Amino acid sequence: MSVEDVLWPLVNIVGLLTVLLTVSAGLIWLERRLLALWQDRYGPNRVGPFGLLQVLADMLKIFTKEDWVPPFADRTVFILAPAIIVATVLLSFAVVPVAPGVGIVDLNIGLLFFLAMSSMGVYSVVLGGWASNNKYALLGGLRAAAQMISYEVFMGLSLMGVVALAGSFNLRDIVEAQRGLWFCLPQMLGLGVFMIAGIAEARRLPFDLPEAESELIAGFHTEYSGMKFGMFFVGEYLGIVLISSMITTLFFGGWMGPLLPPVVWFVLKTFTFIGFFILLRASMPRPRYDQLMAYGWKVLLPLTLLNVVATGGLLLLLTG
Amino acid sequence: MLSILRTMWSVFTHLFRRRATILYPEEKPRLAPRWRGRIILSRDPDGGERCVACYLCAVACPVDCIALQATEDETGRRYPAFFRINFSRCIFCGFCEEACPTYAIQLTPDFEMSEYHRQSLVYEKEDLLISGTGKYPGYHYYRVAGLAIGGKDKGEAENEAPPVDVRSLLP
Repeated sequence: MSVEDVLWPLVNIVGLLTVLLTVSAGLIWLERRLLALWQDRYGPNRVGPFGLLQVLADMLKIFTKEDWVPPFADRTVFILAPAIIVATVLLSFAVVPVAPGVGIVDLNIGLLFFLAMSSMGVYSVVLGGWASNNKYALLGGLRAAAQMISYEVFMGLSLMGVVALAGSFNLRDIVEAQRGLWFCLPQMLGLGVFMIAGIAEARRLPFDLPEAESELIAGFHTEYSGMKFGMFFVGEYLGIVLISSMITTLFFGGWMGPLLPPVVWFVLKTFTFIGFFILLRASMPRPRYDQLMAYGWKVLLPLTLLNVVATGGLLLLLTG
Repeated sequence: MLSILRTMWSVFTHLFRRRATILYPEEKPRLAPRWRGRIILSRDPDGGERCVACYLCAVACPVDCIALQATEDETGRRYPAFFRINFSRCIFCGFCEEACPTYAIQLTPDFEMSEYHRQSLVYEKEDLLISGTGKYPGYHYYRVAGLAIGGKDKGEAENEAPPVDVRSLLP
């Protein structure tokens, strides 16, 4: 084992962590700017070039805020909850293949690991809502639990078509299998369902019912302040990056593309989907809770099952 | 589903629309001539103070931000000894301007009057008085009013008939 064999993974880990945390903070700026542009405004454009230093100002503000734990809260769980979401999302990034040679691990069950970790994230929200000992927070946590359970079901199932086509759970193999044709075409249905489930998983608008500021104040993080609130925020933005990069990896050929270097292609594709998520937030109203549940179980689940059956049947027919 | 996509497309096209925001300090907003901003006290065409210290503005003011003290000069002409507007209270409703019988107090299209200290928002008469006539260039109260002051007796105002001794009209 040479020095490079040890160093390269370390460089990968540190580099990925730095990039991810910077990007997730920068997304605050990107989102505010894009939302503003779609509402015929300018957004933050005063601090630094294009308002980019707004991120720094926001960070300074959130670090200097009082970090308060309510006396009626369950202290240990209350403090633990925001850390869980950041940890689980960051762990999921371990299996994302950014480019050939860039990426932390090559798990042969990478996809399952990603699904497991994204379901673990719900613990953060539920525990946060429960430990806050506040009825709005509890309602938010309950909603999060129900939403996650129902959308988790077909989030996993919608990817089975991809797995069947690629013949592997390894994300790197799945990207390699898309060399001829990106899976967004043969797996159009799966892509649609995975996208919707992914937004629900990241608790983004229009599926931000656990948070629902107009109904539940701030839902599960009503009682959070200072950097703990910041952690939930970072977790949410990391979740968006994760879902976007998963869509890129699973359906849009990952790092593949002509001319430009692979990393650039991966980042470009990922940011396109991040922009798409922000566009969703800019244009969609939040559905009612029963509508959300009915939509999940009565529309998306049957669609996913249909997709699995159709993909499996066609594969059997073609390969014999 | 189609309507959702249409909504998203229409929101996306807003990227290329004109911004509604006015980038304020660099780009000034257009203020209408009747904009109700910073209050001033105007002068008549001769350069004298128009205010006759009648207290009507102070009475009309819903937040009681105007304070003044009436006094008289040797010719019998009334003017305020002091005139004070507390702009930290003022709500720029324009009632003082409507109440003023001599067009002395006027609101102007100017809102850039922020201060770091509350006390700096209290304007005295010398801060309020301007050298011009404001919105009514030719108007001179004492020239059209029937009031007798030094240098102008009754019946000498513009469009005013000489006074009639009503007792001489008796049959």
